[in-house]
Amino acid sequence: MSGLPVLSILLLIPVIGAGICLFVSPNGARWVALIATLLDLLLGILLWANYQIGGPQWQFVEGPYSLGLFSWALGIDGISLMLIMLSLFLMPICILASWTAIGKRVQEYMACFLIMETMMIGVFMAQDIFLFYVFFEAGLIPMFLIIGIWGGAERIYASYKFFLYTLLGSVLMLVAMLWMVNYAHSTSVPVLLKTDFPPEAQTWLWLAFFASFAVKMPMWPVHTWLPDAHVQAPTAGSVILAGVLLKLGGYGFVRFSLPMFPQASAQLVWLIFALSLIAIVYTSLVALVQRDMKKLIAYSSVAHMAFVTIGIFAFNRQGLEGALMVMLSHGLVSGALFLCVGVVYDRLHTREIDRYGGLANNMPAYALLFMLFTMASVGLPGTSGFVGEFLSLVGAYHISSWVAFVATTGIILGAAYMLYLYWRVVYGTSRNADAAAMPDLNARELVGLGAIGLVVLWMGIYPESFLAPMRDDVGLLMARVAQAAPRSDSGLAGTASAAPVTKTGAH
Amino acid sequence: MLQSLSLTLPEVILSTSALILMIAAAWGGDRAAKVISWLAIAAFVAAAITIPGTHGGHRLGFSGLFVSDSFAAFAKVGIYVAAAASLIAAIGWFGRDGDYRAEYPVLILLAGVGMGIMVSAADLLTLYVGLELQSLAAYVLASFQRQDNRSAEAGLKYFVLGALASGILLYGISLLYGFTGSTEFADIAHAIAGQKAHGAALGGGILFGLVFVLVGLAFKVSAVPLHMWTPDVYEGAPTPVTAFFASAPKLAAMALLTRFAVQAVGPATFEWRQIIIFMALASTILGGVAAVGQPNIKRLLAYSSINNIGFALIGLAAGTRDGVASVLFYMAVYIVMTLGAFFVVLRMRDAEGRPVESIASLSGLSRSRLGLACAMGMFMFSLAGVPPLLGFWPKFLVFRAAVSADLTWLAAVGIATSVISAYYYLKIIKTMFFDEAAPAYAPTRDWAQTVLIAVAALVVSPVGYLLIKQLNLLAHNAAASLF
Repeated sequence: MSGLPVLSILLLIPVIGAGICLFVSPNGARWVALIATLLDLLLGILLWANYQIGGPQWQFVEGPYSLGLFSWALGIDGISLMLIMLSLFLMPICILASWTAIGKRVQEYMACFLIMETMMIGVFMAQDIFLFYVFFEAGLIPMFLIIGIWGGAERIYASYKFFLYTLLGSVLMLVAMLWMVNYAHSTSVPVLLKTDFPPEAQTWLWLAFFASFAVKMPMWPVHTWLPDAHVQAPTAGSVILAGVLLKLGGYGFVRFSLPMFPQASAQLVWLIFALSLIAIVYTSLVALVQRDMKKLIAYSSVAHMAFVTIGIFAFNRQGLEGALMVMLSHGLVSGALFLCVGVVYDRLHTREIDRYGGLANNMPAYALLFMLFTMASVGLPGTSGFVGEFLSLVGAYHISSWVAFVATTGIILGAAYMLYLYWRVVYGTSRNADAAAMPDLNARELVGLGAIGLVVLWMGIYPESFLAPMRDDVGLLMARVAQAAPRSDSGLAGTASAAPVTKTGAH
Repeated sequence: MLQSLSLTLPEVILSTSALILMIAAAWGGDRAAKVISWLAIAAFVAAAITIPGTHGGHRLGFSGLFVSDSFAAFAKVGIYVAAAASLIAAIGWFGRDGDYRAEYPVLILLAGVGMGIMVSAADLLTLYVGLELQSLAAYVLASFQRQDNRSAEAGLKYFVLGALASGILLYGISLLYGFTGSTEFADIAHAIAGQKAHGAALGGGILFGLVFVLVGLAFKVSAVPLHMWTPDVYEGAPTPVTAFFASAPKLAAMALLTRFAVQAVGPATFEWRQIIIFMALASTILGGVAAVGQPNIKRLLAYSSINNIGFALIGLAAGTRDGVASVLFYMAVYIVMTLGAFFVVLRMRDAEGRPVESIASLSGLSRSRLGLACAMGMFMFSLAGVPPLLGFWPKFLVFRAAVSADLTWLAAVGIATSVISAYYYLKIIKTMFFDEAAPAYAPTRDWAQTVLIAVAALVVSPVGYLLIKQLNLLAHNAAASLF
């Protein structure tokens, strides 16, 4: 594996696949896309196997090959590795989920998805700040097309809103990047990570990055594009949106905002906490009253992402590791929940919760898997949801018990809206004859949901596999922000250097 | 004298060919139009090859009236390529209606001579002569379809307003001459620097002259508030002519404005920067907002060009070497994007083969002509400045220049307005990809246009990133020759 530009190959395979897709029959395009994504997944597994835990911070480094204004520089650390694995794992499942659901213009659809994959994993690999920006922005184009061409009735409004919201957020980040590069005389992310920017400039830079990542995340009050985009996007589009695109914001906070502007982060931590707490309580309540299944899950995503921001800005190891675990877990669980919605939507073509009911009778396998993901979303111990939320709450408690207190209500509300959803859809008696006549999961759906279910359980029972690669990187980050960390209100000292969490699963 | 002439070799070639081809056109009539066009294209190629070498740095000819440096060379290559490309595309477009006439390539050649002189001007009078030569050819081109009312109206409108702008420009030139004692750029700069060295503010006469000249030039680049003619002329002129207007003359006028700002009134940067900043922001905002409701694709592209000029002016407002390089880079990429977009417009013909210009007729183009729709989509995303398309990088460069010139606020405002303009580019994409199919366009077999569209699409695609390094280097070399 050494010497081979693995990361570039990972980026290249989907692009080639996309090119082929445009010139074959619809069925051919489906197979090409599936094979390309599976190849990428296989390569990703090899990447994980070859990743040296405890090795150098940046591994599989390529470049920099200068292209004049920026350079082609790739490399990953443990955090990137995990997020790349998440994207690679979800892609084949998305392709399977679109197998029959997408009937028109299949070739273009598959091509868009493959391009999307390249852009997403490119974000996690980029070691040049402008290369990062290119990947970060470029993902908008395929997603815009996916929502706009294959989406629901309000697709055009949703696609505009998605595109313009996220564009406006990220262009401000570009100005900040230009300023930083002008100051540090380097476009390399590792160099910028070690640069100490003047504290008075940090606030502005932090706010500019915040504008971009908060929209992507999304944080309250700039989350309104998300329910629209989710509801209108085709199932697989929602999976990718929730599973990976929302992680770009969190990744940005972890990679840029926190280590590059530690002082500003510490100063503005109140802003993050305030917005996150509002998001947790408000969007959870909004989720409770939704009649549309996808909208409900979309609002729950906003609430879950607030746990991520709280964890990241808790300035301690538990919080950060928790935030990263929530990101991974939410990627899997919300993706799976959208797939669950997709399963019944494909059969009945409605997302109205009231149209369903009593599905446990005629779709037992579906009910079982849906239950698993509901529980994971609620954060039941033994599922992936528990680990991350628990850790980030522990982290939040270290810094402020009030933040932890309010955030914990989110777990209760989360249980309320998820169980309420599950109850209305799966339990009770069938209200409609057509809903009662729906067949259970077919093999294709079972493979997709089953695969995610296994990983959700794995992450819940033995999270160490996922935490281990990230541990050193989290440690480096903590060392970087240690001086700036705000004081804890509970008087607990030295939280930043607390011993690594090893046996989280035992909690 | 001979040495001076050798500096103007491209202009000599173009004027001689224009004269010869005019005689040929008189003898051969419109049947020879195609041959004459290809000969004119050959003349452009020859002119581009013979642009004098630029190793010698500044080379002044005709006692300081004409300069041949790498800045001029960069602009000329762009101008000749754009003129030749729009000429190639025109042959097929006019040819179909049978109203292609032999004077068309001759007029383009003459405009090419004028634009060459514009970018090589080192004196206010050379500037004026070049500008008028280009403009006169352009007035005739705008009204080329005499039987079409809209075309005639466009020509007339362009002429009347252009004449007004020329008058203002001339008045500014006379003021500058009166208060500095010279029409040569270097001497004017010297006089202004001398005045400033005594700690005095810039005299009112010079200031007025400066403003008037900038106004005259702003008309040519169609920067707000002197943009009014652009949508009307772009809409009325035959589409290949519009493609030409949006590309080569824009580059020439922008280069001229840059040279004038840096070389002639460089010491007064503080004064002209305010004007340029105002024009830049007004252009980006108006170009973004006014285009939103346009139902006509040519009008929309006109506002798009106003918008883009605004971004290029942000680079100029920086006033630094990086800023000038970014303007050149911007204009080079802009020509490719805008020519590509207009070439796609040339393809828009209904079932009977009549040209159509409504955006609504693009509906569902991706269903009937996927290749064409993808190319247009790329041009639109590129004009909007969305990475990974090449159009992102020129915007990036002008903002970088502004940031490093301590104009971070300007970059921030400019970049925010780019989101406004993204809306109407998205509207085109939406029409082509999301909407139900409208009647398909008539098929065409014009391979030359196809090749041009394909090349332009390839350049703006991420493949074009391979050009960035080289283009950036050339732009920097060119910018260096101004300072």
